Amino acid sequence: MFLTVTASLLEGFVTTVRLFVLTLVFALPLGLIISFGSMSRFRVIRLPIRFLIWVVRGTPLLLQLLIIYYGPGIIFHNNVWGSNDGGRFTAALVAFAVNYACYFSEIYRGGIQSIPVGQQEAGQVLGMTKSQIFFRVILLQVIKRIVPPMSNEIITLVKDTSLARVIAVYEIIWSGQAFIKSAGIVWPLFYTGVFYLLFSGLLTMLFSHIEKKLDYFR
Amino acid sequence: MALLEVKGLQKNFGETRVLADITFSMERGEALSIIGSSGSGKTTLLRCLNFLETPDAGQILVGGETLFDGADTKRPSDSEIRRKRLHFGLVFQAFHLFPQYTALENVTLAPMLAAGEQKELTAEKKAAIRAEGEALLAKMGLSDRRDNYPHQLSGGQCQRVAIARALAMKPDILCFDEPTSALDPELTGEVLRVIRELAEQETTMIIVTHEMAFARDVADTCIFMEGGVIVEQGPAKEVIDHPREERTKQFVSRIQA
Repeated sequence: MFLTVTASLLEGFVTTVRLFVLTLVFALPLGLIISFGSMSRFRVIRLPIRFLIWVVRGTPLLLQLLIIYYGPGIIFHNNVWGSNDGGRFTAALVAFAVNYACYFSEIYRGGIQSIPVGQQEAGQVLGMTKSQIFFRVILLQVIKRIVPPMSNEIITLVKDTSLARVIAVYEIIWSGQAFIKSAGIVWPLFYTGVFYLLFSGLLTMLFSHIEKKLDYFR
Repeated sequence: MALLEVKGLQKNFGETRVLADITFSMERGEALSIIGSSGSGKTTLLRCLNFLETPDAGQILVGGETLFDGADTKRPSDSEIRRKRLHFGLVFQAFHLFPQYTALENVTLAPMLAAGEQKELTAEKKAAIRAEGEALLAKMGLSDRRDNYPHQLSGGQCQRVAIARALAMKPDILCFDEPTSALDPELTGEVLRVIRELAEQETTMIIVTHEMAFARDVADTCIFMEGGVIVEQGPAKEVIDHPREERTKQFVSRIQA
């Protein structure tokens, strides 16, 4: 029984990890674009972006999942996501990527704005371009500063992926819960916690490794 | 012909007039010191020369080429500004070294990037830039520090790396913005010594400083600024030892007291 449960939970866990990894793949760069938008000199860019961040951070992720999945069908009578597993997964991915990009963007913004303007000016007087200054001077200093808040947010994402089950994405909690109905046992649900713990433990180690790597400068 | 000509330069921050009609010129190989109390516009003047601020009016010419003309309504492109500001180098009061790079990397980063942009970053070019960076650090007395990161260096060492970094781009005119003001008194000597050596080698320099003895002994000429205007300018020894203007006299005696 234990092996059957483990195998089934692993299957759900693959979906969990896939959602986690793909969310990061999209949200990490998207967050950077959003953070630039939120710092833009132009109000027409800055204000809508700030509004988006406010809405996304001000409403539950659970609600956003439901709106993104069911919204198009209700409003336009057109379920753009399709009703198969892949469609629901994509809808969940979009909701997670946008949500996390907004949180990341605020961390990036804090990190970028914490770098003394003298760094920028030192690059300028040496004749560097804006992008050279950003990528060769500013970025690594920003990364060093944002690793602790980012690791917090990313570990939260590990657990937040479980919300996807609300639109029937078969992630690990779903797999665990299925045993209550099919076999009348509850422990597989609790057993899922072990997977989360191992995964977040691994990430914690990874982040402290990165922090140590970046310890060579101040 | 004068290397640098500044004519009628003006700069306002909102309602505040920071620079009003600044006019002066300097020759190649000349060291010019600028003295004056805080808020007199000295730093803003340097920042205008380095295109970190855009003046509201006036002209800046280097070697006869007009780099800035307030009468021009067209905004120069970023790449034009970059090319123009390379006539100048700037050493900041607070160094602003790049913390993630070693002393040598701080010096070679900008030349490497510039060569890379020209698609000239061959292995030989890299080695040449590196050798030049090492030579500059040696000149600053920092050969043994080239692989150290800024946080492992003292303030005086940091400032000397910053000077080497500015020299690496071979500016026509090197500007110093109170280069020793952020240093402990016992560390100012080593930085002043390096600047003095540069003056002896005929480096064209503008030095904003509160060190009166240094402004007098190292600089050929001196400008005293107050309230955004040049009150007095002339040979450094005369301006500081025998000022003509009442306001200069007051300032010099207050500082030296």
